[in-house]
Order: sequence, then C-alpha cells, then structure tokens
Amino acid sequence: MTNVYAPMIGKIVKINLKTGDKVEENQPVMILESMKMEIDVIAPVGGMIKEINVKEQQAVESDTVLAVIG
Amino acid sequence: MNLWDKTGISAVTPEHLVMWLIAGLFIYLAVRRNIEPLLLLPIGFTVLVVNMPLTGLTEVRGLLYYFYTYGLETDLIPCLIFLGLGAMTDFGPLIANPKTLLLGAAAQLGVYIAFFGSIALGFTIPEACSIGIIGGADGPTTIFTTNELAPHLLSATAIAAYSYIALVPVIQPPIMKLLTTKAERGIIMKQLRPVSRVEKVIFPLATSLVVCLLVPAAAPLVATFMLGNLFRESRVVERLTNAAQNELMNIVTIFLGLGVGSTMTAEKFLHWPVIKIYGLGLMAFAFGTAGGILFAQLMNLFLKEKINPLIGSAGVSAVPMAARVSQRLGQEANPKCYLLMHAMGPNVAGVIGTLLAAGTFIALAKALM
Repeated sequence: MTNVYAPMIGKIVKINLKTGDKVEENQPVMILESMKMEIDVIAPVGGMIKEINVKEQQAVESDTVLAVIG
Repeated sequence: MNLWDKTGISAVTPEHLVMWLIAGLFIYLAVRRNIEPLLLLPIGFTVLVVNMPLTGLTEVRGLLYYFYTYGLETDLIPCLIFLGLGAMTDFGPLIANPKTLLLGAAAQLGVYIAFFGSIALGFTIPEACSIGIIGGADGPTTIFTTNELAPHLLSATAIAAYSYIALVPVIQPPIMKLLTTKAERGIIMKQLRPVSRVEKVIFPLATSLVVCLLVPAAAPLVATFMLGNLFRESRVVERLTNAAQNELMNIVTIFLGLGVGSTMTAEKFLHWPVIKIYGLGLMAFAFGTAGGILFAQLMNLFLKEKINPLIGSAGVSAVPMAARVSQRLGQEANPKCYLLMHAMGPNVAGVIGTLLAAGTFIALAKALM
C-alpha cells in the first residue's frame, strides 16, 4: 500500500480517477491548485486506487493523504 | 478658422500617431491576450488620451497631473502597493529554509550587470541605478528608485519592468535549461517544515529593524511591505488585511495605471534611450536568472542535502510567476518533483534583495549627486 500525499498546501480542483481504477507510475491522479497554479499530483507507484480521501474543491494541507494505491 | 486651430486635429503630429499605436498595442495585449490586463488596460487607455494634443491633461492643473504629482512623485503609490503585497506574501517558505535567502541575493546579479551596462552605454550614475533595478523584477521598487534618482525615465523603466515580469515564463526557461542537466532539474526536495505563528510575526518586525538600520533609504518600501505582512500574520486585523489585499490594492492599481500612463507622452517617451533601456532590462532579467541558477549549483557543492537549482532563478522576484516557472520545469524533468513552495523561498527573498539593492543605489547615487 502506498499513500499519495499532498505535495503542498492547496485546493483539490479535479480528481482524474476513482476507487478501483488502474493507475500507472507517474500518472496524474488529481490536480491541486496552489498559488493560482494547477499542479498534477502523480501516482508515486503503479497499481490500483484503493481509496480516495478527498473531494473536489476541498482545501488540503501539505502531507495530507489524498489517496491510497495498492 | 480660429475654431479649427482650437481642435486637436490640427495639432496631431506623427509622434502622436506612434503613441496611439503603442496605446493600441497595450490595450490589445490586455483585452485579447490577457497579458497583465490590470496594468496594461488603464496604462494603454491613459497613453491614448494623453497623446491627444491640446487636452492639457498632464499639464499643471490638468487631471492626470495630480495623479502623477501626488501619487507617484510622492512615492505614495509604490509604497501602498507594497502594503498590499506584504498582506499577500507568505514568508513561511523562506523562514523554513533560510539559506534560500542567498539565492534571492544571487539573482540580483542582473541588477548590477545592467547597472554597469548602462554606464557603458553613456547613462549617468543615477540613471544607471534606475535602469539596473529593472532586473529586480519588481514594479513598485523600480518606480520608487527611478522617482528618487531619474524621474525623467519613469515611464521607460516602469514599462520595461512590468513587461519583462509578464514575460518571465518566456525569458527564463531557455536560460534555466541551458545551465542545468535533466538530472539536476529532477532533484526532489524534502517538504518544508511547518512554520509557527510566532516566527511569522517576528519576521516582519525583525526584517524592518535590520533593513531600516542597514539601508535607511529603503525604509519607505520595507516599512509598508512589512506592515502589510504584520497585518496578515498577526491574524487579529483580518479587516485590514483584506482591505490591503483587495480594495486598497485595486484602487492603487488604477491610480498607478493613470500615473504611469500619464508620463508616456510623445515628447517624453519617443527617444533612443528608451530602446536602450528595454535592451538593458532584458539583459538584467537574463543575468538575474542565470545568477540564481549558478549560485544554487555552487551551494550544492557544499550541501549534503542537494537543492534543485531550478529554484535559484525564482530569486529574481516576479512573485509568484518565477516560482511557477520553477515548478513547471521541475515537473517536466521529473513528475515526482514539486518545487513551487521551495521556489517561494528565493522568490520572496528576491523582493527583499531588490529592496536592499535599491536602498543602497539611492544612498550612493544621492551622495554623488
């Protein structure tokens, strides 16, 4: 199991995948907006999305667990 | 026939027509390309109307004369903008990683290169100081310095600074790629430590103290900048923080547009030095970018935990555009590389670096004048 962490403080503007989806390493899982810039949050490993812990438009702190890949 | 002489049409010169084209270009860039519309739209329109002959808008008792005289000549507008910027700036990334202060200093290389370049091209020392500060990529500081030292260059240096700030995403990437390898650009940096509220409140107080004592000439800018930041970080005057960030900032931006635009009359603007100032300004931005990157690489020779050299170029200021460029190029080289917050450290340090350079220039040039 590998956590996908928020790389910095910001707001989740788009979630590209849902629970059960296959994901490849370095594939963007969601888009985080910080300092008015949209940043891809990528999958650190390949696998399957086990959990998504945030909703679109949700504000997140740095290091929040956004999703879990297994 | 007397009536005809009183119309503006009879007094239009070819120079006016050139200024109309420049005004049209600004308005086009703002409306169609969305490039710095908050500044280019009011400036563009003002340029158009001040280049209508016989209106007297910029003469004593003319409407725009007051915006210039009371707003810019007094330094009120650049300082109030700094108050708003202070209320918007989070110094957390700099406090968490204080060595990025060095990158903010290194990226001022462009300022000094442009200063010596200006002297070589025949500008006087006060003029060269004003032109050099363009490389600080900081509009209000450029206006402040030029106003103190070489007010006749105000429109040229202000427009050059703001245009190159808007062009940071175009100017910086080729230089950044040229000076770094893909492996360096992909260096992953550990997340920054959280910064406490106490540290964030002490920072503006300590910075005001140090800068005012070291470089008294920079006091007006640093004082307003840090007051805005103290509003923000104290978290007890949210109304004032919001006012400084939004209403005041917006109002002052309109006044800035009117003031700067009013200096762009054909008689004052259409001279060869303006072209030289544009060239020197571009050189300043390029060398500032290179200075930050090269200094980051130099630091890496001594650091155990390597920094990504791409954050060095954010030291030119241009907040937060330059930090966004660092983020974009980093993730391009390595998708796991997130640099935005790391780049904010040198980015805000660059603003302070430019303030110090400006204060030093003003003090030295005034001693010589």
